[in-house]
Amino acid sequence: MNQEEAIIAGQCDRGGGYRELVLASPRIAATVRPGQFVHLRIPDLHGAVLRRPFSIYRAAGDNLHILYKNVGLGTTAMNRLEEGRQVSILGPLGNGFPLELNDRQPVLVAGGYGVAPLYYLAEKLREKGRLLVGGRTAQDILLIDEFTKLGWQVEVATDDGSSGRRGMVTVLLDELLDTAPAGRCVFYACGPDGMLKALAERALAHGLPAWLSLDKHMGCGGGACLACVTRIRTDDGSESWERVCKDGPVFAAREVVWE
Amino acid sequence: MNAATQPDISVKLAGLELKNPVMVASGTFGYGREYADLVDLNGLGAIMVKGILMEPWEGNRTPRMVEVRGGLINAIGLQNPGVEYFIKEELPFLRQYDVPVIVNVWGRTIDEYAQVCARLDSEPGVAALELNVSCPNVKHGGLAFGADPAMLAQVVKAARDVTKLPLIPKLSPQLFAIGEFAKVAEANGADAVSLTNTLPAMVIDVETRRPVLANKIGGLSGPAIHPVAVKLVRDAACAVKIPVIGMGGIENAADALEFIIAGASAVAVGTANFSEPQTALQVVDGIREYMQRHGFDSLAGLTGSLNME
Ligand SMILES: Cc1cc2nc3c(=O)[nH]c(=O)nc-3n(C[C@H](O)[C@H](O)[C@H](O)COP(=O)(O)OP(=O)(O)OC[C@H]3O[C@@H](n4cnc5c(N)ncnc54)[C@H](O)[C@@H]3O)c2cc1C
Ligand SMILES: Cc1cc2nc3c(=O)[nH]c(=O)nc-3n(C[C@H](O)[C@H](O)[C@H](O)COP(=O)(O)O)c2cc1C
Ligand code: FES
Repeated sequence: MNQEEAIIAGQCDRGGGYRELVLASPRIAATVRPGQFVHLRIPDLHGAVLRRPFSIYRAAGDNLHILYKNVGLGTTAMNRLEEGRQVSILGPLGNGFPLELNDRQPVLVAGGYGVAPLYYLAEKLREKGRLLVGGRTAQDILLIDEFTKLGWQVEVATDDGSSGRRGMVTVLLDELLDTAPAGRCVFYACGPDGMLKALAERALAHGLPAWLSLDKHMGCGGGACLACVTRIRTDDGSESWERVCKDGPVFAAREVVWE
Repeated sequence: MNAATQPDISVKLAGLELKNPVMVASGTFGYGREYADLVDLNGLGAIMVKGILMEPWEGNRTPRMVEVRGGLINAIGLQNPGVEYFIKEELPFLRQYDVPVIVNVWGRTIDEYAQVCARLDSEPGVAALELNVSCPNVKHGGLAFGADPAMLAQVVKAARDVTKLPLIPKLSPQLFAIGEFAKVAEANGADAVSLTNTLPAMVIDVETRRPVLANKIGGLSGPAIHPVAVKLVRDAACAVKIPVIGMGGIENAADALEFIIAGASAVAVGTANFSEPQTALQVVDGIREYMQRHGFDSLAGLTGSLNME
């Protein structure tokens, strides 16, 4: 883990309420792996005592890119971060996704900001595969062109049917699981708990490996405070609390106990 | 200013020799290891490690933490791997450093407090024991012991009987007459007292009309409790001769200096470690700078120098 005074290199709208923030952060950018995240201290956030965690969407040269949505106090204040401004970040944090495919075909399953870490993963995986992405409306679906440009096959589902299939991303998942090549898949997922849980159940039922990136509210981000824990079952059947910030955020679907 | 005129910020406290008066508070710094990449552990006055019980303890369900204006409320519930694991897996790492380790001890019964203290008594690398009789987040032990003077006396005495290590009972901000509790601790063999722990608190989600934390209540920490803690430290310091370690909402040197001027011999940084891991080291520099500016050459002269005229 590093602590770096990053410099804002710019930010812009990316649609669907998301903004892309670029931070010059050479030390963290040099080592960050897909699925890892940074803990960002938002300047001038009076009364706030915690940093905010964000996944890495891209790392290129000295720069880290994140995609964030305005959902509250901190993320709204992030809109005001101007070029040249200094912000303190901790990173790279967490374990990240395993890149070893073991001859399996990667299938990425995304909801919400989940496309961000999965895009960085798609850049780094040796094989291309498909992305199944869900959202409320067409507007909420991000990065389709980017994934397509990388050579990935993209399938979309929206609640209102305004893009792709109507329904949840599980509709796409069930279709995929009905086809023959499904037996060679490995899933990588990031999104709302409901989506992760639905994927985990299906992957386990089909005996397929799945890696899930979990989202828990965090304190320290570095394993010290035990705020971010999730219930994990080991192969011998015993259960314990593990830290999403340090032991995760990526866990195997078979380990995760849904509360 | 040359080296000869550098103020002496070392402290002798409860039999410990500290390089400086700035510790990190229990539960906010793990077992030191978690921050070793970022923070020069040797630059800290002491490390107060996360609360330890005899057996491994699961703690509470999640959510365990919520941010509020000026602070946060936590209900971790003292999750810890037990004293044997601590001795085997965490203590050896800390022993590599030249920094006193103060182990925060917790029990569900008076016996259990004593067992943990006895087990740690002869472990190399343990400098002192902080008795957590003030955690609001557990059903047994914790605040149940610290809120009743007779119980507090029994816990301190039971610990005193089994260890020669310095004992530092940690008091709750909820106590009505903090000075009386500090006296009880002193009379039963405490070498210092630390205060304060977190303040019992609650946040309600108005949409669901449910408490936000799984444990329903938690403990408030951070800047919001700082003035409360300063007053309590002042009251405790006036009541006892043993040293007081002040904590609650320290974010910078001025916050720490308030405790020291109020009578604290040392201070601890808690919640601020999360947003700025360097806080304790920055506070050390700030205290040194303050002492130079105000012509104090030793910390002892500053402690309790509050002017009430
Ligand atoms: C490992 C990880 C990676 C993440 N990656 C991204 C990303 O790439 N893009 C993105 O837009 N968001 C991401 N999030 C969610 C992001 O951290 C929250 O949206 C953000 O913390 C909200 O802060 P706020 O001050 O605007 O919201 P508030 O609601 O005002 O925040 C109050 C408190 O709750 C916490 N909080 C609120 N929502 C969340 C949440 N969903 N997850 C964790 N903490 C939360 C805040 O950190 C803060 O401590 C990630 C979360 C985690 C745990
Ligand atoms: C996440 C968290 C965990 C804590 N765990 C413990 C603990 O295990 N034992 C203890 O005595 N105090 C514990 N505390 C209390 C702190 O040590 C400290 O007394 C309190 O937070 C006030 O200081 P602060 O405002 O600087 O955080 C904890 C506090 C926090 C925020
Ligand atoms: S956020 Fe502190 S342990 Fe994970």
